[in-house]
Amino acid sequence: MMTVLILAANEVRAGLRNRWVVATTLLMAALALTLAFLGSAPTGNVGVGALAVTVVSLSSLTIFLLPLIALLLSYDAVVGEVERGTLILLLSYPVGRQQVVLGKVLGHTAILAFATVLGYGAAGLALAAGGGADAASWHAFLAMIGSSVLLGAAFTALGTLISVVARDRGTAAGLAVGAWLVLVLLYDMGLLGALVADHGRFLSVPVVNALLLVNPTDVYRLFNLSGFSDVSRFAGMAGLTGQLQMSPAMLLAALAAWVVVPLLAATLLFQRRQF
Amino acid sequence: MADATVTLTGVAKRYGALTAVTDVDLALGRGECIALVGHNGAGKSTLIKLMLGLIRPSAGTVRVLGEDPATSRAVRGRAGIGFLPENVAFPPAMTGVELLSFYARLKGEPTAGVPDLLARVGLAEAGRRRVGTYSKGMRQRLGLAQALLGAPRVLLLDEPTTGLDPELRRQFYEIVRTLRDGGATVLLSSHALTELEERADRVVVMNRGRMVAAGTMAELRGQVDLPVRILLRVPDNGLEALAGLAGSRRVNGHIVEITCRHHDKMATLRRITELPLAIDDLEIMLPTLDELYATFMEREAPR
Repeated sequence: MMTVLILAANEVRAGLRNRWVVATTLLMAALALTLAFLGSAPTGNVGVGALAVTVVSLSSLTIFLLPLIALLLSYDAVVGEVERGTLILLLSYPVGRQQVVLGKVLGHTAILAFATVLGYGAAGLALAAGGGADAASWHAFLAMIGSSVLLGAAFTALGTLISVVARDRGTAAGLAVGAWLVLVLLYDMGLLGALVADHGRFLSVPVVNALLLVNPTDVYRLFNLSGFSDVSRFAGMAGLTGQLQMSPAMLLAALAAWVVVPLLAATLLFQRRQF
Repeated sequence: MADATVTLTGVAKRYGALTAVTDVDLALGRGECIALVGHNGAGKSTLIKLMLGLIRPSAGTVRVLGEDPATSRAVRGRAGIGFLPENVAFPPAMTGVELLSFYARLKGEPTAGVPDLLARVGLAEAGRRRVGTYSKGMRQRLGLAQALLGAPRVLLLDEPTTGLDPELRRQFYEIVRTLRDGGATVLLSSHALTELEERADRVVVMNRGRMVAAGTMAELRGQVDLPVRILLRVPDNGLEALAGLAGSRRVNGHIVEITCRHHDKMATLRRITELPLAIDDLEIMLPTLDELYATFMEREAPR
């Protein structure tokens, strides 16, 4: 465990050194603050607090942005070290290969978590200074930050898996962009198209539920946009919530599985690889 | 070998149709310095990677400090191994001190010894600078420093002296000798044959994945039987006396060169000293590792 922490700390140090941490945190904070202030403009002081609106817009943004940052951060983790020639030296140390994978994922997730908590936290503080939000909205806001970190961890694990599989950095970058396109954009479009074309013949509610669970971004969306009544009303997801019988706990478990499964796959493949 | 730290038995490594090494039987003992020589692609680095468990053998067994290095049980034992890869590379944004501290932590060593270690390889001043600003020789020295962390019992050094100036080279071999005398096994893989000749206790010659020769320099000389050259400086009247000796050749008015086979070296010397002649000086020139190596390669060359 100590070894994993040493490796993770080294990744964080590298992230600080090459300014990934600073850049990501500033980007998250800037976008979150923009959305927080823009989000409260149309609602004014009437009705539901601005925080619930911010949760809707921020989580929609997170779905696009966080997977991209996570993949960019992690696709290079293993294949980059192979190409630079630093990995064989690392593996000659008393370090298990599973520890290398775990340490890198942990380090990159820590960078993402730091950026998310600080960036979104800044928006939260700004809104709190304005006052007016109720406890339920705060609950939703905190749940969003937590699940965003989990989403980031899932895509970090996925990026690391890509990094273990790919033979060179170029391939890894291509696969990472491909994974982002498919999971963030194409999957939902395809699913919508299929639903329209299908007219409810084959795609019953349980099937659609299952199809949504196999994409981490959909799991994240369902968790944040349908989990809290105020939020779901704003997100236009209230109707959907009635149909989907998935508890927040189940959604969180699905998201956690999206962290664990790629991590296990990456570890197994990395242990088999020869250098 | 009873106290071998590294043993390879019938080891082969194939990548598809390509055979990187085959039929390697090798035992490296405690307190021994072994030179691994061979041209590029002869299988030197493959052997080192097998010893580190970076790759698994296609046939045979590898044992390092009593464990199969490719298993997870060998992970802890790697604290006793120092490794310097060929063309060592480091993350350029880290400083020398940061990197060595990181590697020390991984080996479970205190980081307090890092400045001393940097001073030992002549990087005391550069320790606070980023590795990206280092010259090739400085990176090589940093590579050596990390290999020396934690008093390793087995040192695997792939081309250790490339990029080092003569003074650092001397210091490097001094460090190696100290470690060897302390009971460490040191494996040096190199092209710099002349350097290794005086430093290695044993030489292993690789060619196209096979071990073509192994032994001390004397043993190798015996195997190859290259001519030994004896140079004699004699007074003016001595030239005639030597003319009758087999294999003698007049170099100039005072110097005669006598060539004989390795096995006949002592007999020839005896014959020379029995001559009624005052010899001013005598020099025996044994075949160098360069010459031995060339002969092994010629023997192996496809006909």
